[in-house]
Amino acid sequence: MRFELTPRPNVSPVMRALAPVAAFITAFLIAGLVIWLMGRSPAAAFDVYVLQPLSDPWSLQELVVKATPLALIAIGLSYCFRANLWNIGAEGQYVIGAVLGSWLALKTHGTEAGLWVLPLMLLLGIIGGALWGLIPAFLKTRFGVNEILTSLMLVYVAQLVLDYLVRGPWRDPKGFNFPQSVTFDPSATLHPIFEGGRVHFGALFALIAVLATAVILGRTLFGYRLKLTGDAPRAARFAGFSSKSTTMAVFAISGGLAGLAGITEVSGQIGQLQPSISPGYGFTAITVAFLGRLNPIGILIAALVVALTFIGGESAQILLKLPLDLTQAFQGILLLCVLAGDALVSYRIRFVTRGGGK
Amino acid sequence: MKADVSSSGPPLVELKGISKRYGDLLANDGIDLSIEPGEIHALLGENGAGKSTLVKILYGVIEPSAGEIRWEGRPVSIGSPVEARNLGLGMVFQHFSLFDELTVAENIAVALSGDWDLATVRGKLGEISRTYGLALDADRAVWTLSAGERQRIEIVRCLLQNPRLLILDEPTSVLTPQEAEHLFTTLDRLSAEGCSILYISHKLEEVRRLCRRATILRAGRVVATIDPRASSAREIAALMVGSEVGEIRTDAPHHPEGEMLKVASLNLPPAGMHGQSLRDIDLTARAGEVVGIAGIAGNGQTELFAALSGERLAGGPDAVVIAGRPVGTTGIDGRRRLGAAFVPEERLGHAAAPTHRLSENTLISHAAAEVSRSGFILVNAARRLARTIVQSFDVRTPEGDPQARKLSGGNLQKFVIGREIIRKPKLIVVDQPTWGVDAGAARLIRQALVDLARQGSAVVVVSQDLDELFEVADRMAVIHQGTLSPLKPIGEWTKEAVGLEMLGVAQASGGVHAV
Ligand SMILES: Nc1ncnc2c1ncn2[C@@H]1O[C@H](COP(=O)(O)OP(=O)(O)OP(=O)(O)O)[C@@H](O)[C@H]1O
Ligand SMILES: [Mg+2]
Repeated sequence: MRFELTPRPNVSPVMRALAPVAAFITAFLIAGLVIWLMGRSPAAAFDVYVLQPLSDPWSLQELVVKATPLALIAIGLSYCFRANLWNIGAEGQYVIGAVLGSWLALKTHGTEAGLWVLPLMLLLGIIGGALWGLIPAFLKTRFGVNEILTSLMLVYVAQLVLDYLVRGPWRDPKGFNFPQSVTFDPSATLHPIFEGGRVHFGALFALIAVLATAVILGRTLFGYRLKLTGDAPRAARFAGFSSKSTTMAVFAISGGLAGLAGITEVSGQIGQLQPSISPGYGFTAITVAFLGRLNPIGILIAALVVALTFIGGESAQILLKLPLDLTQAFQGILLLCVLAGDALVSYRIRFVTRGGGK
Repeated sequence: MKADVSSSGPPLVELKGISKRYGDLLANDGIDLSIEPGEIHALLGENGAGKSTLVKILYGVIEPSAGEIRWEGRPVSIGSPVEARNLGLGMVFQHFSLFDELTVAENIAVALSGDWDLATVRGKLGEISRTYGLALDADRAVWTLSAGERQRIEIVRCLLQNPRLLILDEPTSVLTPQEAEHLFTTLDRLSAEGCSILYISHKLEEVRRLCRRATILRAGRVVATIDPRASSAREIAALMVGSEVGEIRTDAPHHPEGEMLKVASLNLPPAGMHGQSLRDIDLTARAGEVVGIAGIAGNGQTELFAALSGERLAGGPDAVVIAGRPVGTTGIDGRRRLGAAFVPEERLGHAAAPTHRLSENTLISHAAAEVSRSGFILVNAARRLARTIVQSFDVRTPEGDPQARKLSGGNLQKFVIGREIIRKPKLIVVDQPTWGVDAGAARLIRQALVDLARQGSAVVVVSQDLDELFEVADRMAVIHQGTLSPLKPIGEWTKEAVGLEMLGVAQASGGVHAV
């Protein structure tokens, strides 16, 4: 016996709307079960993971801070994924964006350089990420190399580049041999939106990216181009949309946004370069993009939700001694539940007993 | 010997009161139909009558809203194609269900339930292609094949499973007369071996040749069950449409003027290993005339279409000249901006995106249609355009702005042709304009193409249907293995001469039968 998925003849819009809600509840139930099996109270875990962060102003700010790079990167990835192109290397583009932007911060360190430094750093961040993203795009369009492999492998290259720089040429000479750069000057630092707050201007960039993308994907020929390329590649070619330039464009966009996320994180949050500048934002953003169903508003919500699991995970580690890996497991469960929910809305499962053989 | 239709036992399959509702639309409305063992039963009806819907229900692809299916007298519920295959049903769909990137043998292997390895499939494939004269190269990738060859894969794939009821949804719409004749022999033989066949076609002559019973649908209901040999094709068509189908008018005067399309010594290497190359193609089309290109599928029509449309670029700019401008190295949107329009052979996936609404599908020819401004989509203009096409070309839609896949095959064909004709292009190139459309709609499309020419456009029609070409073309050429015969006025061609050119034996004499 095996089972197969058959399309539902009529997909109800109510079910489609409720599917993510049901997915969330299911994911929480599964996670609760796991926590219970680990001998902790699921209720306490729920309190620590969800209720406490949402009721405390400090954590609420932290939520936005964590959601910012996730949303920026995931928005960029949604361009690729819509066109059925698989950029798995946003983490690397994030790192290279941060490196290139920081180069200017270090160059101007201790000088009287003024207001122009920060915008130029951001621009360099975008350029760095975009160029790093264009490598797999170029290899794909020129030589037909699979973009999944190249974009992923370039993540490790990027991380090693960063590692080399902070341990070697860019290390702070007065830093007691710690592998980190000098702390950026104020002119190279992205400031909080509110005096004394944690939320910096990067959050605004994410919001702008979300809104712009909503317009681009829904209302422009370029957005339609991506949709058509993803849904019917042959029709896209017939429409005059060259698949090569589409590939280059979406990789440049997603790389650029990842790079922007990288440089805003470094100059807004960390304040210096160090070997690790990301808890895996570039990979988690893939989850975020699909959780948000590649819809800009959906991605914004998904970024906040996933950020919540990050924060909840940290406090759960401290308060309940739950391993941090549980957070990642929960993100995975959540994604599976959402995808399964989507599938079950359009398909139903049917058990097939093997009758007459061949 | 054919099995006796009036034999006593229960019918092989019996449909009782089958209904299917899509929103407000009753695609099938209480349909009764029975098929005897060994019978070849025709299912007829105009575009959108509900034929594909009915056979998809029978094959377990879609679920009926009401009704019962009996198999050898026993009520069954067919929940999926797998169950249908296990019962002994085989089906060739109207639209291909093949993976472009896989080879012929792989495509067949993945669709078979049970354990088949490639070697066995390859062996069986050779056997079946030989027995039934359906030539197929097991190792070619599907994307290099013409529609006619793809259709062959689907048919062979079914025969491989020794079905007891074979459902064919417009199998011959892309076959050449010879291929079709092969198929009929095959079907006669299968029928004599006891296999029943449910046959959907818009070609009434072949139905009369093949079937002894025909069920006629109109707007989802059975309007008659007849013996097609006892009535003329005209009478049957009248039953289907509810009125007589007229002839098209071509008599309006025409004065071919400037050359809208000029192809000179066009050479194109094959796309991929097995594609057809184009050699020294010369072709002109003048404003005011219809130029026909005849030929058996797979002789370079697809490649020629791609070269004319700009989906593939020629070696130099002068190989293709549109409206006096050398465009050999200009892409498809550049050519559209010069006033050219193109309609490819495959409507689902090439001419239209299945899951996109009709209004979105108007964006595919955005380079020439007024549906965008400075990169922004004019949503309302696109909706209005889709509505106008639907009205002017009598496209029957199940809802206001449906997804393309929800249209019946013939209705989508009317839409994709209408989308291009409606903006009165100066040049239009159409590949298989009436593939799978009913007699009434075929007339509408042909008339629209002729009218367009008479209003001063150049029209190029690539078709396998010789009757169609003789009806609409002013000048005609035949394509064979990537070369094009001289373009001659239609009056100088006979069907025999065309047949010889199609087989590539125009110069050699005697010994070959005409088409
Ligand atoms: N998924 C769907 N949703 C809504 N309406 C549909 C769907 N599929 C088919 N229809 C509608 O049902 C009707 C019957 O369609 P069907 O495909 O059975 O026609 P057909 O007789 O096979 O026509 P053709 O000769 O053009 O292939 C059409 O009006 C079509 O638009
Ligand atoms: Mg049909």
